[in-house]
Amino acid sequence: MKTTEETTTAGGGDVRLTGISKTYGDFTAVHPLDLTVPEGSFFALLGASGCGKTTTLRMIAGLEEPTAGTVHLGDQDVTALPPYKRPVNTVFQSYALFPHLDIYENVAFGLRRRGIKSVKKQVEEMLELVQLGEQARKKPHQLSGGQQQRVAVARALINHPKVLLLDEPLGALDLKLRRQMQLELKRIQTEVGITFVHVTHDQEEAMTMADCVAVMNAGRVEQLGTPADLYENPRTTFVANFLGTSNFIEAEVDSTSGDDIVLKAGGGKLVLHRARASAPATTGGRILAGVRPEKISLTHADDAGDIPDGRNRITGRITESSFIGVSTQFVVDSPVCSDFEVYVQNIDRDARLVPGAEVVLHWNPDHTFGLDAAQSLLAGTVGSAGVETAEEEVAR
Amino acid sequence: MAFVNWFKRNVVVIAGLLTLAYLLLPNVVVTVFSFNRPKGRFNYQWQEFSTDAWRDPCGVSGLCESLGLSLQIAFWATLGATLLGTMIAFALVRYRFRARGAVNSLIFLPMAMPEVVMAASLLTLFLNMGAELGFWTILIAHIMFCLSFVVVAVKARVMSMDPRLEQAAQDLYAGPAQTFLRVTLPIAAPGIAAGALLAFALSFDDFIITNFTAGSTVTFPMFVWGSAQRGTPVQINVIGTAMFVIAVLLVLVSMAVANRRKRQKA
Repeated sequence: MKTTEETTTAGGGDVRLTGISKTYGDFTAVHPLDLTVPEGSFFALLGASGCGKTTTLRMIAGLEEPTAGTVHLGDQDVTALPPYKRPVNTVFQSYALFPHLDIYENVAFGLRRRGIKSVKKQVEEMLELVQLGEQARKKPHQLSGGQQQRVAVARALINHPKVLLLDEPLGALDLKLRRQMQLELKRIQTEVGITFVHVTHDQEEAMTMADCVAVMNAGRVEQLGTPADLYENPRTTFVANFLGTSNFIEAEVDSTSGDDIVLKAGGGKLVLHRARASAPATTGGRILAGVRPEKISLTHADDAGDIPDGRNRITGRITESSFIGVSTQFVVDSPVCSDFEVYVQNIDRDARLVPGAEVVLHWNPDHTFGLDAAQSLLAGTVGSAGVETAEEEVAR
Repeated sequence: MAFVNWFKRNVVVIAGLLTLAYLLLPNVVVTVFSFNRPKGRFNYQWQEFSTDAWRDPCGVSGLCESLGLSLQIAFWATLGATLLGTMIAFALVRYRFRARGAVNSLIFLPMAMPEVVMAASLLTLFLNMGAELGFWTILIAHIMFCLSFVVVAVKARVMSMDPRLEQAAQDLYAGPAQTFLRVTLPIAAPGIAAGALLAFALSFDDFIITNFTAGSTVTFPMFVWGSAQRGTPVQINVIGTAMFVIAVLLVLVSMAVANRRKRQKA
């Protein structure tokens, strides 16, 4: 058991993946990938099923051998170490609790394997942390899904791993419980300060919990950043669609002036800040202008004169509206985009905004982002290739 | 009318009890006749109550020797078949190898083959090899025909086992040996136990294959068969009843233990 002691005392909790890849025969699950997860952070790997996020996680755990590349934990190269010698622990999808052991023994398992004799105090403390002290002598199948999930977390955390890996840990829970467990996991992470790497296909889950999110698609990291950064500055249509909803306008670069790019679309002009364009803009070239639905204001065409200058504006006609309490969601047919989505907060509702009404859509140019026009507008939307957000990713 | 209603309400119970009675009647007969004092050599007609045979179960020459031999063979055959069968089952479920499909179906062949045919073939085989018929040839034959049953029982269990459990064990610092001992084996245990029990029962009362491969050795089923030609001693019924009672007791004890454990945990 000496080796384990050595691995757990090596310094630093960063996870560094260098050129790591995994292929199964002809199929490439993960393309060569560089990724650094800073120590103490809550890091999410977000993507649809089959995007390689679970494979990446399993390579960190040692359950999957990388085809190429290295895995470092702090300063230590763990690429060649078997899982039982790595100072990381995993919370498995569907938990993988040992059915023949009670909750107490499940949680004590890791400590016992490392030859620690007096486990009682630690196990009891850990069961308190996840509020399962009463259930210690029950078998896993006697617990509810949420309780089993907490046992799985306790069983991993009790070993004080450098990194805790979570493989879709909330996938089997119902919506309400999932929200509750998201907060719970976040609380535990803040409390213990261990690096968490969380795999999920649920963009909301990734955004609420993680400090940093890597969006994966087809075995590659599409974009990496804080949730707000990914949401406000998506660099591909996949990210723009996978995280929330986006409207796209196919536009032509009319001119550039200083920090602004002026775009021409459907006879109108739109302004895009150069810093927010992820594709090079040359006059006459094409670019995709994107804007999030909640950034847009709706004004009835009769009041178009009241709209302040300097805002991007588009005309259109409302085709659908649905009232959902805090906001009303409109679908607007406009010359530049046939189904523009607009979310309007229900503060002062304008009774004239009903299907069929002519309207002007306008927004602050700061909220426009520009993307390379040479990509599918539908990438990352539900129903497009590779995206089945409702289904669980099948572990390989 | 009242009777018809009562019958309608209890028809399932009645059918169940009748089936159970049908199933257990032979055991009842064996037990009752173990207390008989027959006239003559055959124990086929009830004469009068007696505990003579129970007080002297080994009173017939050769009976207890054959019983001892049968128990011995059953023990070793169970051990051998369970060990080999468990390994085969794991290999078939866990590993991808050439001809795995073929092996998978070949395993079933001994179960499908008529026992007499297999027995005759085994005898031919042993004679051609110049093997001396007796304890060892019986044991070899028994391990062989028990194997398939153990494989089937264990395989079902291993197949339903989540491979992630072993990964979880490895993730929690258990090396390969620890993982096998602490997780794989305990979870597969019910399947292995079922296979072992089946092997024991099959080996203990096998007659046909044993008869062909025994030479001059006499096991308990052979003894019963042999004595039935010349008259049936009451002691046979005593042994039969005792085996039945022991089996029932074992089941009851294991159920009681399981129940108590469950109540303690809850």
